Amino acid sequence: MIARMIARAGLRWMDRRLRAAALTREALAKVFPDHWSFMLGEIALYSFVTLVLTGVFLSLFFDPSTAETIYGGSYGPLRGSSVSAAYASAIELSFDIRGGLLFRQVHHWSALIFLAAIAIHACRIFFTGAFRTPREINWLVGVTLLLTSLANGFIGYSLLDDLLSGSGLRIGYSTFLSIPIVGTWVAYLVFGGEFPGDRVIPRFFSLHILLLPALIAGLIGAHMAILVRQKHSQFPGPGRNDHNVVGSKMWPTYAFRSLGLLSAVLAVSFGLGALVQVNPVWVWGPFSPSAGTTPAQPDWFLGWVEGLLRLFPAVEFRVLGYLVPSPFLPGVALPVLMVVALYAWPWLDRLVTGDRERHQVLDRVRDRPGRTAAGVWAVSLVVLLTFAASDDLVARGLSVPVQDYVVALRVVVLVVPVICGAVAYVLARALRGHPGSRLTTMEPRQIAGVLGLRRPEARRPPAPPGPRAERPAVPSEDAPDVVDSGSRHGG
Amino acid sequence: MKRPERGIAAAFGVTVLGAVMAAASYVAGADRLLLGLGFALGFAGLAAGFVLWAATLLPQGPYVEEREPMVSPPGEREALEAEYDRPAGRLPRRMLALALGTFGLAGVFPVRSLIVHGPSPSVALATTAWRDGVRLVDQDGRPVRAADVTPGTMVTAFPEGHLDTGDSAAVVLRVDPAKLRLPAGRERWTVDGVVAFSKLCTHAGCPVGQYVAPAQQLVCPCHQSVFDVLRGAEPMSGPAARSLPQLPLRLDGDGVLVAAGDFPEPVGAGYWRPM
Ligand code: FES
Repeated sequence: MIARMIARAGLRWMDRRLRAAALTREALAKVFPDHWSFMLGEIALYSFVTLVLTGVFLSLFFDPSTAETIYGGSYGPLRGSSVSAAYASAIELSFDIRGGLLFRQVHHWSALIFLAAIAIHACRIFFTGAFRTPREINWLVGVTLLLTSLANGFIGYSLLDDLLSGSGLRIGYSTFLSIPIVGTWVAYLVFGGEFPGDRVIPRFFSLHILLLPALIAGLIGAHMAILVRQKHSQFPGPGRNDHNVVGSKMWPTYAFRSLGLLSAVLAVSFGLGALVQVNPVWVWGPFSPSAGTTPAQPDWFLGWVEGLLRLFPAVEFRVLGYLVPSPFLPGVALPVLMVVALYAWPWLDRLVTGDRERHQVLDRVRDRPGRTAAGVWAVSLVVLLTFAASDDLVARGLSVPVQDYVVALRVVVLVVPVICGAVAYVLARALRGHPGSRLTTMEPRQIAGVLGLRRPEARRPPAPPGPRAERPAVPSEDAPDVVDSGSRHGG
Repeated sequence: MKRPERGIAAAFGVTVLGAVMAAASYVAGADRLLLGLGFALGFAGLAAGFVLWAATLLPQGPYVEEREPMVSPPGEREALEAEYDRPAGRLPRRMLALALGTFGLAGVFPVRSLIVHGPSPSVALATTAWRDGVRLVDQDGRPVRAADVTPGTMVTAFPEGHLDTGDSAAVVLRVDPAKLRLPAGRERWTVDGVVAFSKLCTHAGCPVGQYVAPAQQLVCPCHQSVFDVLRGAEPMSGPAARSLPQLPLRLDGDGVLVAAGDFPEPVGAGYWRPM
């Protein structure tokens, strides 16, 4: 009762100064589509919240300095050894500060979840064509968010000055060095001199806790402002068209659901942080420029670059008599190409389909077999490359020489994604003519029809690109009997 | 009507339990597992409560919101274009462009402070701390004698007085001199079968930390490049494309290994340089 009175009084106070009642009402009535896949982006958002909360705690204890100190904390095996202040403070945070290890592990786990959520969210946007006009801007913002977050993830685990992340840093440095003409200057700009040097850790600390998080927060703000302005896209379904959004209102149902999601993300992050050890830097040991670790794998989100570096043949060449070293093609050229393709996708897609319409209703994955095939090809390629980042471990497990395993992987990485893409194409084509059927209930004759093995009696003409546009708009009053084809809470 | 309410309340009750558990574990110093599980339990209770609440007690829609077209009516756009005009003043406008251009350029200069401390990259990357007559020492600073390098072991050596440089580490190995097939001109770089190579992989600079003695191969742990010691650490497989640079060795009067000069080429990962 009292809380309600205070809230009312507060609202009135604000309204007398900002005239916010109408605006707030409008905001609270925003309709969110009821499909689980629209919550992937929210998982990323809430992981970011977790990262900021735990990160602020950690930043107050971490000492970003490479100054040599003698470790004297409570972790026995290291006591008395000479390590960097950064490494010593990470160990102290883990063993001598109450809750420190928990927050470190929650921070690391949320970073892994953050990037996974962004990646899966991006796949959803890709496969449903949500990047099409008018949402190209948010696609560009989203890809930038993905890249900034990748960079901040890498920088974050490189701060601790342990032996494992030191290997990663060195590979990163060498990859910068490999850029023709400007490589040495770029590497010096990022690392403040020849690797390892004293400047890289303070520099990365600034980037990790100030510059990049501010950039990410700003981009998230832009991403959501554009989303609110353009309103959500939605899956096709009865009563849904290009002129409306069907779903739950922001207040109260969607807000409660979303608070539930926030709590669930925090519960999972804390559960993992409590139960599953991650990045035990005291096991890796302090960084030393002449020591290496084996096996050494990066965090999952950079596995694909590591896989490229491992699988790409030893190709070095000369341009104008200057050396272009072997990490350049797999470590710089190919990733840049992939990023450019990702940024350009809305326009590439348009080039292929010739579709310049404005879309508010999403494609089903089956509606665009070509795009689906391209996406499946790319995703399976990235997954296989990530898998290749552990080639030494797998080869040892299988007791085969790693050289032979690498040769086999090269073939797999080139061939399997093409097969996956082709299968996806056939399945999408087979489903497209039968809007009611699902992957699990599909009949063999649908596939046979696509492959031309049967006369296409069962094959209806493929759905035209924009069938929903022709459907008459349903006025909001007429649509109380909307049936949701997707998953709905409660029901 | 009563049952969902009770379920939601129970879920929030779990959060109270989680809170008590977290606080108690913190106080008791059980701050790894139990503190985390307390928080996790608290958040899980909140999650279940909110989701149940949304699914049972709150309005279930579906609601329909109309979408206004994301394009301004042409009249509005024309009006904007008409009102949006360059501010008066041709000369000030041009001068402002020039001023901002030069000023922006001046702002780039401090970036150089981020790059250069000491010698420029092309000099720093091309040289290490090795010079003719510098003794080889191990990681504790003890001189490495030829007799310390036994067949099958790998000794990591540093230039005396430069234990902490990132680019000078060398691996020292003893092989059968009769089997050595070094490139021409390096006949005098070894001491009785003792050879030394840069420890930094020519692929991406990782320390080449594994020595497979029977095959006389050096293996890089990062991306599994393999180097053939007998052939001057030539790459055999993996992504490295250049041999590990060889350190010319000789003996000083006391049987201690000394360098006969710096590595003949830059060590570690390659970069844009004349070759
Ligand atoms: S750094 Fe040695 S193989 Fe890549």
